[in-house]
Amino acid sequence: MRIHCPHCGERGLQEFLYHGDATVTRPRDGGAEPTPEWTDYVYFRENPNGVHRELWYHNVGCHAWLVVTRNLRNHQIMAVESAYDVALGRSS
Amino acid sequence: MRLSHGGIIDRSKPINFTFDGRSLQGYAGDTLASALLANDIKLVGRSFKYHRPRGILSAGSEEPNALVELRMGARREPNTRATMVELYEGLVAHSQNRFPSLQHDLLSINGKLSPFFAAGFYYKTFMWPASFWEKLYEPLIRKAAGLGRNAALPDPDTYESGHLFCDVLVIGAGAVGVKAAHEAAIGGARVILCDEQPPSDAVDMQNVKYLPRTTVFGVYDGGTYGAVERVADHLVVPAPHQPRQRYWRIVAKRSVLATGAIERPMVFTNNDLPGVMLAGAVETYITRYAVAPGARAVLFINHDGAASALAAMAASVMAVAAVVDARPASSAVIRDMAAAFSVPVFSGAVIRRAVGKLAVEGVEICTRDGGVVRFGCDVVAMSGGWNPVLHLTSHLDDKPVWDDAIAAFVPDGLPPGMTAVGAAAGEEINQNITPLWSVPDADAKAFVDFQNDVTAADIRLAKQEGFIAVEHLKRYTTLGMATDQGKTANVNGLALMAMATGKTVPETGTTRFRPPYTPVALGALAGPHRGKLFKPTRLTPTHEWAKSLGAVFVETGLWLRAQYFPKPGEDWLAATNREVLAVRQRVGICDVTTLGKIDIQGPDAAKFLECIYTNSWTNLAVGRARYGLMLREDGFVMDDGTTARIGEQHYVMTTTTANAGKVFQHLEFCHQWLWPELDVRFISITDQWAQIALAGPHARDVLRKIVDEAYDVSNAVFGYMAAGDVTICGGTSARLFRLSFSGELAYEIAVPARFGGALAAALMAAGAEFGITPYGTEALGVMRVEKGHPAGNELNGQTSAHDLGFGKLLSKKKDFIGRALAARPALMDSARPNLVGLKPVNESDRLRGGAHLLAHDAEPVAANDQGHVTSAVYSPTLGHSIGLAILKHGASRHGEIIRVYDPIRNSDFLAEVVSPVFYDVQGSRLHA
Repeated sequence: MRIHCPHCGERGLQEFLYHGDATVTRPRDGGAEPTPEWTDYVYFRENPNGVHRELWYHNVGCHAWLVVTRNLRNHQIMAVESAYDVALGRSS
Repeated sequence: MRLSHGGIIDRSKPINFTFDGRSLQGYAGDTLASALLANDIKLVGRSFKYHRPRGILSAGSEEPNALVELRMGARREPNTRATMVELYEGLVAHSQNRFPSLQHDLLSINGKLSPFFAAGFYYKTFMWPASFWEKLYEPLIRKAAGLGRNAALPDPDTYESGHLFCDVLVIGAGAVGVKAAHEAAIGGARVILCDEQPPSDAVDMQNVKYLPRTTVFGVYDGGTYGAVERVADHLVVPAPHQPRQRYWRIVAKRSVLATGAIERPMVFTNNDLPGVMLAGAVETYITRYAVAPGARAVLFINHDGAASALAAMAASVMAVAAVVDARPASSAVIRDMAAAFSVPVFSGAVIRRAVGKLAVEGVEICTRDGGVVRFGCDVVAMSGGWNPVLHLTSHLDDKPVWDDAIAAFVPDGLPPGMTAVGAAAGEEINQNITPLWSVPDADAKAFVDFQNDVTAADIRLAKQEGFIAVEHLKRYTTLGMATDQGKTANVNGLALMAMATGKTVPETGTTRFRPPYTPVALGALAGPHRGKLFKPTRLTPTHEWAKSLGAVFVETGLWLRAQYFPKPGEDWLAATNREVLAVRQRVGICDVTTLGKIDIQGPDAAKFLECIYTNSWTNLAVGRARYGLMLREDGFVMDDGTTARIGEQHYVMTTTTANAGKVFQHLEFCHQWLWPELDVRFISITDQWAQIALAGPHARDVLRKIVDEAYDVSNAVFGYMAAGDVTICGGTSARLFRLSFSGELAYEIAVPARFGGALAAALMAAGAEFGITPYGTEALGVMRVEKGHPAGNELNGQTSAHDLGFGKLLSKKKDFIGRALAARPALMDSARPNLVGLKPVNESDRLRGGAHLLAHDAEPVAANDQGHVTSAVYSPTLGHSIGLAILKHGASRHGEIIRVYDPIRNSDFLAEVVSPVFYDVQGSRLHA
């Protein structure tokens, strides 16, 4: 697999680490109680038969966390975004 | 028999080789298979299950039968296909799966018993009694199963791997592939042309990277292709520094599949006898290798394509006794060719059976009108049509589609960027074919999958027992599951199931393929990454210094660290005890560079630490350090360490050695993804700073001698947990931390990495008058257990803060990673195994890590397990063995006597549960 890092260009899979689901969001001000919202965030994951958004880490590269939009059926990658930019957009 | 002329072998270069110890000769350009046939050797191996005599079926990588052990000793390689082994001087090959000899194989009795060994035999037979499985059935089956023998020695050769990039990758250097490569190169594209055969004079192009002896075995995502180049498999021994094989990852924008087609065998009784061959293979042996595989052949066909094989045979020294054409009416192409060589044609006829013992001696032909005609022959050339080699097209989940016109699967969906051309696309094959999937009455000796001994009868049995779906058929019969992955078998097997169920082939299923196309040596996939090259070795800045003192080193992760510094006559324990006592009584130094070091800066640095660590950071003064605990988001402990504030907006974090990379990645995640609004930056400085611990009652005396006058390191000014920039040894920048892992008065001194060795030497010189002693990781470990500090064995990913006695470090005033789920009642339950110290009741007993803990009167069964010893050392300070352990309800059981049970190492004794802090409980020594 090849991932087009927005900072480094297209690189081989060996440079990246897979982290997981980018669609779950850490409960902001979620409190100290282990609520279902927290267990959902930590433990429960969708495994869609199709397009998914995932977090990858450019470990042997720029150390950027990336949001990769990928079709889980055929591994086709539609978009690679800087997770930092995505997160900034989310929190603003 | 070798023909007197023709072929592309080099008759001026005779080559000597041996097969089963027999000295033989071939020529340069031969394969082992062609050279064996040239020497009239047809019996090459025994089959997997029935030990039937087998010969050479094909002339290519699809070969299911002619598998041999190649080479000797550590280079012995089982299951190599004789059809793909290039002949070289001194080649040694042995046949497989026979005892005592190829001609007389005792296990061929299995063939006589074949009614009992049909598909599903093992599942049905060895079910009962269950107790027989491990002791009787499995060893018996394992002994009988398998083909060749592994060398069972380390591979003496080397392997390489690398990346290649191109615009167009052409797979297959046949006429169509060469043309495609040529045209792409003319168009200005960067082209790679791969072919599994040896270099061919027909390929000579500029601007094309030609990789012969290279099999593209897999298609992966994003235009990535896996390929293995057999660099030195055709040599006795690779040249110095030459790899045996190279694993290429080829990244190509486009690819051209020009892999050709593989011929289908005909399914009739005894179609596996040596001498029964694919017609195209017979043609190849004659035209390419100038070898006649026999003297007299019968050709069995159902399409026009075998006309060239007929011509090749008839034009050679071979006699063709008959053409058996299964089509109701043979075509003009075949009739004319046969007439030209005066060969009789039997249309609408089939070969019912081949006869012979160790090789084919004749055939019985069932004619159109039901009569039987017998011919003597030593070759049966068969062609049931051709299957496009479309394996690579389905590696990314695309399915081939059935083409009725040519009775074959052809590529349909293709991996992105791939184009199929020529026979691989189904072009110009199987003209005027009338499919013949098996002759009538094909029985339990009519083979579909030669390598796994699957017969026409097995497929009917699978249908009868309900294993009809193609994937069930495969698993029930093992069709297509051998090392050849059913290259000659799958379509026939599928079609036979279709016949048995009265369905069409496409209704029955499709054959799909996964990588690799042909077997790939694990050595090639590993490439150079083995032995010491499996991972990098990191040396500490004091490595050479420690080596000069005779240190013994230990691998900790990627690092090599000094484990202990033995004096003459000392073993590891004596050295460690001496080092521990030296630190406790005088002073010692130890390299702690390997701890992860992360420099954190920015206006929000403190806020960021609040998010990462469970405890509070905003109230840490400049010039102070603090212990910090990190959790994972699920509430379990991830790592710990100290972080010092060395400036208003400047912190230096340390992590454990093992988790340095993981924690750094975690910080990146937290900053980039969770708290991007925080204005903070950080970088790993583990490699930039050498860090040495100076510990012991005389630590300050030694420190005073190397820290420059301007800095006051008195206890009043630079007390416990102080931190700050200093200069040492007359102006060298350094960072000084008053931290203690040993429990003694201690400092950690960090200098730019290049000064690490010099700092160690300076400390040794300054400390000489105080009896300074270098100590290694063993002594470090002993002292941390004496002090009850949890480390890797306790921070094992399964312990919570409460388990380790760190509950008070969980701040109630702020958010931090792991806060919510750490508050789950089960994680705070005091019944969970939690950290305790252990002291053997009988002080001569030795605690060992991994021993289980039981109530003192409990039976040693799993149900009574209450925890285990996590770390155990001999404490020279206390004079007996001590240990840390996690024990259910541990915190409230101090003083209790429990049973320490270690059946693996035969130890079983009583110990007292004590506080995990064995030494200087008040901590007065580290505040001294």
